[in-house]
Amino acid sequence: MRNHTPWWKWLIIAVFIVPGAFYALPNIFGDDPGIQLRGARGGSLGAEQFQQVQTALDEVGLAYDSISLDDSGIRIRFGTTDAQLQARDMLEARLPTGYTIALTLLPAAPQWLSNAGALPMYLGLDLRGGVHFLLEVDMATAQRRAEDRYVADLRSTLREAKIRYRGVARDGSGGIKITLRSADAVEEALKTIRKELPGLVVNADDTGSDEVLSANLAETEIDQLFKFALEQNVTALRNRVDELGVAEPVVQRQGDRRIVVQLPGVQDTARAKRILGRTATLEMMMVDEEHSLEAALGGKVPPGSKIYRFRDERPILLEKRVIYSGENIVDAAASIDTQSGGPIASITLDAIGARINQKVTGKNIGKRMAVLYIENRSTIRTDADGLPMKDDQGRVMRTQHRIEEVITAPVIRDQLGKRFQIEGLDSVDEARDLALMLRAGSLAAPVEIIEERTVGPSLGQANINQGFRSVMVGFILVLIFMMIYYRVFGLFANVALALNLVLIVAVLSVLQATLTLPGVAGIVLTVGMAVDANVLIFERIREEIQNGSTPQASIHTGYQRALSTIVDANITTLIAAIVLFNFGTGPIKGFAVTLSIGIITSMFTAIVVTRALVNYLYGGKRVKSLAI
Amino acid sequence: MRIFKQVTRFDFLGKRRGAWMLSAVLLAASIGSLGVRGLNFGIDFTGGTLVELEYLQSADPVAVRSTLKEAGIEDAIVQYFGTSRDILVRLPVSADKAASEQSSDVVSALRIAAGETLTEGAQGGLQQCTATGGGVKDCQVQMRRVEFVGPQVGGELTEKGGLAMLYALIGILIYVAFRFEWRFAVGAVIALVHDVLITLGVFSVLAIEFSLPVLAAVLAVIGYSLNDTIVVFDRIRDNFRKMRKGSVLQIMNRSVNETLPRTVLTSVTTLLVVLTLLLAGGEIIKGFAIALLIGVLIGTYSSIFVASPAVLVLGISREDMLPVAKEGAEAEGDSAP
Repeated sequence: MRNHTPWWKWLIIAVFIVPGAFYALPNIFGDDPGIQLRGARGGSLGAEQFQQVQTALDEVGLAYDSISLDDSGIRIRFGTTDAQLQARDMLEARLPTGYTIALTLLPAAPQWLSNAGALPMYLGLDLRGGVHFLLEVDMATAQRRAEDRYVADLRSTLREAKIRYRGVARDGSGGIKITLRSADAVEEALKTIRKELPGLVVNADDTGSDEVLSANLAETEIDQLFKFALEQNVTALRNRVDELGVAEPVVQRQGDRRIVVQLPGVQDTARAKRILGRTATLEMMMVDEEHSLEAALGGKVPPGSKIYRFRDERPILLEKRVIYSGENIVDAAASIDTQSGGPIASITLDAIGARINQKVTGKNIGKRMAVLYIENRSTIRTDADGLPMKDDQGRVMRTQHRIEEVITAPVIRDQLGKRFQIEGLDSVDEARDLALMLRAGSLAAPVEIIEERTVGPSLGQANINQGFRSVMVGFILVLIFMMIYYRVFGLFANVALALNLVLIVAVLSVLQATLTLPGVAGIVLTVGMAVDANVLIFERIREEIQNGSTPQASIHTGYQRALSTIVDANITTLIAAIVLFNFGTGPIKGFAVTLSIGIITSMFTAIVVTRALVNYLYGGKRVKSLAI
Repeated sequence: MRIFKQVTRFDFLGKRRGAWMLSAVLLAASIGSLGVRGLNFGIDFTGGTLVELEYLQSADPVAVRSTLKEAGIEDAIVQYFGTSRDILVRLPVSADKAASEQSSDVVSALRIAAGETLTEGAQGGLQQCTATGGGVKDCQVQMRRVEFVGPQVGGELTEKGGLAMLYALIGILIYVAFRFEWRFAVGAVIALVHDVLITLGVFSVLAIEFSLPVLAAVLAVIGYSLNDTIVVFDRIRDNFRKMRKGSVLQIMNRSVNETLPRTVLTSVTTLLVVLTLLLAGGEIIKGFAIALLIGVLIGTYSSIFVASPAVLVLGISREDMLPVAKEGAEAEGDSAP
């Protein structure tokens, strides 16, 4: 039978439309003010913390709509922003450390939707407001510092091998110059350096005199160095971002030397820059085991020592003298000990650190050495009741703190040197955290903000409103136009266009692709261009009718012959969109994404859906004329 | 409803010389302007700082400028943006390391002048400030947008943007050559280069800011214009196979005429939404919408007057379009006057 839609085609349509409508649904509910709590430094929150938060809220008697716990942390929903702000201040004051508390907007869609994985579209910063930073790691400095370390390493290596040298120094033009006492030692020096310091490529210098060698960082060493500098900065930035109290921060590497930091909802960019630009340091100290900790806690702190605390508040007495600092740590990594099978953190020091380490550990076998993490940060001041203090202008008062936490205090088992391990860790996770901390504290290559895009909350909302209005107005104009121009067939095209919008929203929601303002413009453009497929088909049908074909034959031929044209035309547009995607930074990518999605979904709705509707109305019966 | 009661019989290809004169003039003006004046690149490409502020009461750019000067921020260009309450501050790229701090300095300097400092408020509303006299209220100076682009990034974008266009054109060239024939591919690309140059030319002549969204729009124009061109080409290929009689010129003319209603219609619906974007989309999207508007108009024109005539002049013949060359009788009809 001509122009009949087989049941399986209806099924295919249903298979796309029904879930499409379902996944698009969460977008119509809007947001509620809320608070999100996460474990500080990527730690997770469990039932115990959930209880703690709930108790804190109930004690003060703050009204909240709902509270829930999931993998991303604890979310509390409030009816008003006032309640939200009050609760934030109160929680910051009452909860112990170990929480990151952030204001956020929580989707107001019912729980069963989010349980089924249906989330609203992920709005870009230009729509929700917030800060976007692009940071660049100063790799030149990272390389210079590495070369400085190697200069020290070279000196000690040559000294140990009893090769006499006149000087080892970094060359102004990059690389290291080694000047030996005599040209006779060249062969031996080359051999020794190649063996001891495989990270260097060393050769006889062809420009200068015979006794001069030139050394450069090996290709692999540089790659490793850059990768390390990048990772180190990402870790450090994550830790600092935690303190800003942002609900869904993004800290991501981009390319081989850049880091993207996105902080939704942040308004005080000056403070954000200050906190991101801060550095943490590590200091190694000996544990004071001559004096009693109890006595010290009782007030008799021996001179030359000081009480420090672990992150879980356990006290420990350390000698104040710093043995060496995080600057001397070259690398730290978590791994499994091949002998014991337990998790370990292995640490590599530079030449200075290694020399000190060797001296100190040799004298102190059996004693403990502690690693202290130091960072400056600000916290809210609280009064006697544990409530936040406000100044006479109503602002929450903050104080600058020097955070000092003992990360670990292992026993020295042996004389240590350049490389050593920390054993006795509970889990691989702990080993990894420790390695991260050791690296974060060591001196990373400096970073510089090379791009900032901040959108204030009012502009974000204005952008949403204008974007939504543009989509609606454009959509309605096209609907009216198509209705007038193609009558019943125009109506079918309009149904297809509406479904197309639903599908675009659904795909964006499912992919959780970032919707930006240019992305919204892409949707608007798609609305105008999506009807093109229908225009092509309908014009073909009109031509066929004019050529004297029957209505049924015209429909059939019209759809059939327009198909290849539609595909050709859309694929070429898709090529442009894909190029755009690959080239694009944030907002432009958003445009490419919505344009591409729109092209694909529109082919489905404009061809398959309208055909089913046309067939349903006209197919399989005698038709005198078409309302086209 | 119809625009044309029946298939039109305009002699589009016969008029190609006239159209080419027009194109040549437009292209010469565009290239001339691009060469002499260049594009008014926005900070996405040049680097620099841009701060958009909204004052709750009306603002005075002169006062803003002098406030900034007192705070040690020289070379600020201050102008209205949209309304008399919106202010746009531009700062040139600075070699100084602290360039990224400048935007924060601008906002805080103006807030100090207004006697207020930012306090943390709820998300979604107006920014809350503490006045010097005490009390929290909506900030007089609302920070709407800050864009800072370091010189490292700007230079890259210019290069990447040019490359993106090149890649798009090459990709399209390959696809069209594969699906049709090389003359069509060249014709399509000539039309695209034509559209892109004239769109850029208009931006150059009118000195409209060329930002990243505008570049995206230009790439979208490539997609749109091509869409139009492909539809015409498709019909030409179809008609070459279907029509036994007629010269290449006649077949092409007929094809352009047959697809004319569709060309006009799709332009209309697209222009509807582009105009909507231009009028309702806000200041940020304006440049984007203007580029699309120009591009859609030029793209429609070029798919009729540039792409097909180019294929004709490149010497397409009937055999080129047949799957296998089998008939030779009227195959030489390509020698158009």
